[in-house]
Amino acid sequence: MAIADLANPTRFLKFANRTIPWLGGLTVLVFAYGIDQAMLAPDDYQQGATVKIMFLHVPSAWLGMLGWGVMSVAALGTLVWRHPLADVAAKAAAPIGAAFTLLCLVTGSLWGRPEWGTYWVWDARLTSELVLLLLYLGVIALWRTVEDPSRAARAAAILTLVGAIDLPIIKFSVDWWNTLHQGSSVFRVSGSTIDSSILLPLFIMAAAFTLLFFTLHLAAMRNEILRRRVRTLRLMQASAAS
Amino acid sequence: MNAANHMGFIVASYAAAVVAVSVLIAWVTLDYRAQRRKLADLDMRGVARRSAPARPERAIEQAKEEA
Repeated sequence: MAIADLANPTRFLKFANRTIPWLGGLTVLVFAYGIDQAMLAPDDYQQGATVKIMFLHVPSAWLGMLGWGVMSVAALGTLVWRHPLADVAAKAAAPIGAAFTLLCLVTGSLWGRPEWGTYWVWDARLTSELVLLLLYLGVIALWRTVEDPSRAARAAAILTLVGAIDLPIIKFSVDWWNTLHQGSSVFRVSGSTIDSSILLPLFIMAAAFTLLFFTLHLAAMRNEILRRRVRTLRLMQASAAS
Repeated sequence: MNAANHMGFIVASYAAAVVAVSVLIAWVTLDYRAQRRKLADLDMRGVARRSAPARPERAIEQAKEEA
């Protein structure tokens, strides 16, 4: 099946029905291996055992941003190419991205209390992450407010593209401003500052979370296509009755 | 750094992750079942997409009526 064939919702449903069980199974396997490696990883020489929170916090932060990235590409698909599945993809990604952003904030607070002595501080990284969560909630509210899916899609796409400006702010906030949050330590030009004994489990957990994201996204897209079919059929039924 | 002092924060973080992932899985699973149920209900009432394949029993009923 060619990628272009997936633009057809019926073909996409067949693809999703075949792919979701395999992707789900692979997600479980990678999670099992990742959690095992995370539990076996040594304590950090400064942070001690609390470094284990990093194996949840960092992938959640990446996926919160990935979710908005997926929505931004889909927003272009809606506004520029009017791709039939673009707004389905955007709508399906929003709750998943919001959940991971919330998880990032919660685990960050739980990590911050023992390390910084506080659950929350209004520094640039934490605040820009909170803004991302609020943007997610705004887009979800917009989808729920406008009844016509195509009108809601255009409005949500514009908000998504405007909100995408928050992504580089989150990424570079620790470089642009003096923050309590630590600077970049994984992806740096001069190489990661994290020891490989901790970095490897982090990458495995990130792979597991990413697989989970795409499994859930595919399932949520399938649900959204079915929801639109239900809506179309009910409209047909109502117009036939009148 | 004493690990025992901070075990509560670690356990709470993993518990939060379990709750978040469980809620997401439950959401997509229950939503899928709900949409399938609604489509089956509409199909039972004879409301189907023009491109949907005809149900055999409906085709038989139609053939009987025509006969």
